[in-house]
Amino acid sequence: MKKYIYILGIATILNIGCSSDTEFLDREPTQLLTEDQVFSNESLALSVLANLYNRYYDFGTVENWASLSDFNVSFWSENGRYGSFENNGYGYGDWGTWDYQYIREINLFLKRLDASTVLGDATKSRLLAEARFLRASYYFEIVKRMGGVPLVLEPEEYDFSGDASYLQHPRETEAAIYDFVIAEAEAIKDMLPTDANTKSRASKGAALAMEARAALYAGSIAKYGATTPLVTLPGNEVGIPASKADAYYTIALNAAEDIITGEAGAYALYTKKPELDDNFASIFYDKSNNPEAIFVEDYKLQSGKVHGFSISNQPRFGAEEEEGGRINPSLNLVQSFETLDGNYEPLPNVNNLGDPIYYNNIGDVFAGRDARLAGTVILPGSSFKGKPVDIWAGYELGDGTIVSGDSRGQQKTLPGATSATQVVGFDGPINGLEFTAQTGFYIRKYMDPKAGSGQRGVQSDVWFIRYRYAEVLLNAAEAAFELNQPDKAAGYMNEVRTRAGITKLLVAGDITFDRIAHERYVELAFEGLYFYDLKRWRLAHVVLNGVPISESEITQNIGVATKIHTQPYGFWPYKIYDPGNANDGKYVYKVVRPTRVTGADRFQLGNYYSAIGQDIINNNPKIVKNPNQ
Amino acid sequence: MKAKYYIIFLGLMGLLASCEIDNFDEPQSFLTGGVMYNGTPVQVGINEVGFELWQPGFGKSGALGVPLNDDGSFSSRLFDGNYKLVFVGGQGPFRTNVINAQQLDTIYVNLKGDTSINIEVTPYFIFASSQIALSGNTINATCSLNKIISDATVERVTLYINKTQFVSNNNDFNIAQSNSADVSNITSISASVDIPEFSTTQNYIFARIGVKIAGVEDLLFSPTEKITF
Repeated sequence: MKKYIYILGIATILNIGCSSDTEFLDREPTQLLTEDQVFSNESLALSVLANLYNRYYDFGTVENWASLSDFNVSFWSENGRYGSFENNGYGYGDWGTWDYQYIREINLFLKRLDASTVLGDATKSRLLAEARFLRASYYFEIVKRMGGVPLVLEPEEYDFSGDASYLQHPRETEAAIYDFVIAEAEAIKDMLPTDANTKSRASKGAALAMEARAALYAGSIAKYGATTPLVTLPGNEVGIPASKADAYYTIALNAAEDIITGEAGAYALYTKKPELDDNFASIFYDKSNNPEAIFVEDYKLQSGKVHGFSISNQPRFGAEEEEGGRINPSLNLVQSFETLDGNYEPLPNVNNLGDPIYYNNIGDVFAGRDARLAGTVILPGSSFKGKPVDIWAGYELGDGTIVSGDSRGQQKTLPGATSATQVVGFDGPINGLEFTAQTGFYIRKYMDPKAGSGQRGVQSDVWFIRYRYAEVLLNAAEAAFELNQPDKAAGYMNEVRTRAGITKLLVAGDITFDRIAHERYVELAFEGLYFYDLKRWRLAHVVLNGVPISESEITQNIGVATKIHTQPYGFWPYKIYDPGNANDGKYVYKVVRPTRVTGADRFQLGNYYSAIGQDIINNNPKIVKNPNQ
Repeated sequence: MKAKYYIIFLGLMGLLASCEIDNFDEPQSFLTGGVMYNGTPVQVGINEVGFELWQPGFGKSGALGVPLNDDGSFSSRLFDGNYKLVFVGGQGPFRTNVINAQQLDTIYVNLKGDTSINIEVTPYFIFASSQIALSGNTINATCSLNKIISDATVERVTLYINKTQFVSNNNDFNIAQSNSADVSNITSISASVDIPEFSTTQNYIFARIGVKIAGVEDLLFSPTEKITF
């Protein structure tokens, strides 16, 4: 009997299971969107584009604090990072990028979107232009790091024939990639919205700003590349002929002036706040109607797209987490900010005779400086989020001995006193103690003043500005200078400098290469541009020459573009403890080199263009290696 | 009890499975030698200059980098085989010699057991003489250069002193360096540097003269001298 039941059961299952399985399996997938669906709906197409936006390559970004603060503009106050100041060089493969998958996906997006017949022309044209902007941006990034690369503008398919040689493209010349970036910017600028409030998506302003920067870089490689004939390849995959310099500078000046004259929308310098240093700091976190930002990577609280820049770098004392203080701007940078009357001066810690100068208040030594100093750096005696920082290195007694501590805010009994008092700041500086201000400074640029920005559970939604109006002005100034129009250059420089509170206006005769380089160094510090400036001016091997900086050299030659920059220095405040003396309770400052800084960076000629991996060359033997590697 | 057998069993399995087949013999042959000009070693900075060995015939290729010691010598332990030896363009204070039109400056090395080869190159300059001497607390160096390649010019001459024998322009332990004031007469160049206070207790230092040739990244050095005081 049982047997029959089994047979019947199996028969039933077979019957039910097999009768309509073609229909059963032939279903619309619920977790996938087809190509047709995506490219017939604007918001779906946009979300594909959002993925491509998200993969934009930045050399420096707030998502990686170290990337913004390298090359000794700062010391890194974190135990795992001291190696960067103990070694003395860079690998040939450093900073390399070779993401042809990204390029292919942009090319695929362009092809599929172009084939779509459902989307409206205006929508399609904008999305196409945005994807082309991203592709040009990546080619710009890759040419800066690697030199000329294969220019692939179609999504290529392998035909499984066993011979892939038709997919192997040789490197283009460096100039050809820059030409492509410039031509793309020209081609797409009118397809993009002319709107200064479009900031996180590509706009006409962004395209022009990219064009100006790319042309300026190409022009300077053409001009200054002549000083390093070794950094070239015979096929010009690296190196641009000097004869092309003026043409590039002209393109850069025209593109920058298109933005300055308002052709791309109402961009202007940010001048909303009355206090100039506060105003400068606000450029980087004020996201409402900020006329300065042109193209940004934006973030949003409680959306998952946030970053921890404020957590990593907040003043350690009173921080919202038990960390912070990683970027310590170096004295090299801090002393480069001019006085308000436009002079280069070392920070006045000693007088002509070499005797210390005594200050009543801890921050007085920085008085009368370019407002960008306090807007870029958290100085001793200033505050963040309304909380004063506690940066002082210890007591100096009447006989010159130092009493200091090796933990934050340590207490000791001073000679002649009866009870213990605090002998070092809660923010340090303490040599080798991570998260304290080991150079005597913290960073302010890109720090988020909102409550909670320093908490791991909240983080920060401050945007990262990729192109801003002040850089456009400085690009225009540099291009004008190189084209022998120094009066025009002076005008653009003065706009930026006046905003920083510098009272003395530059005239045409003041404009030199060093001036231009200096202005970019201080205005654009911690924005990921310093490295490329050094590279394109072929100054990296000069300023990073592997020679240690001595204490007497560090305060000399301020504002000279070739000043060596191999080590970060610090500037420590000490309180005087000498009861009965007039100087008791006053502050003195000392120039120090943090003891963890033992190496001196050396940039070799082979570092100018990152090495192309042997695996890439094996897959495509047409690729030639970069020079000097 | 059971667990013990498992452990023994697994241990045996591990022993049997892991040790025999997948290990190669280590390379056995030394390739040694030096970079020479007319039999005189060309002195360079340690780990600054090197050449690449390429071994064709094994599918995808990758270079074996061999760095030079400060006296221009090298030593590398390799598998026997046929290698192509090339210097990376622009490396070293010398130019490589073209051997013939077909192989240019590539040197074919047939490695079979320990092999010693000397690589002849043409340096831009060579040291005709060099003296480094101590006088009080100052190191004085004088040297004379011979120009080999006629269009080369000396950019600067630097005297380096170091706690260790690894003296070059790329070293953490250089304690001082000083450029020569005048390099216009290459047969008589002098430089001097004061020995600063330094933390190690030792009664000797090492010194070397480096010559920077215009347009060439790597420096040419004089032999390292140990100076006892």
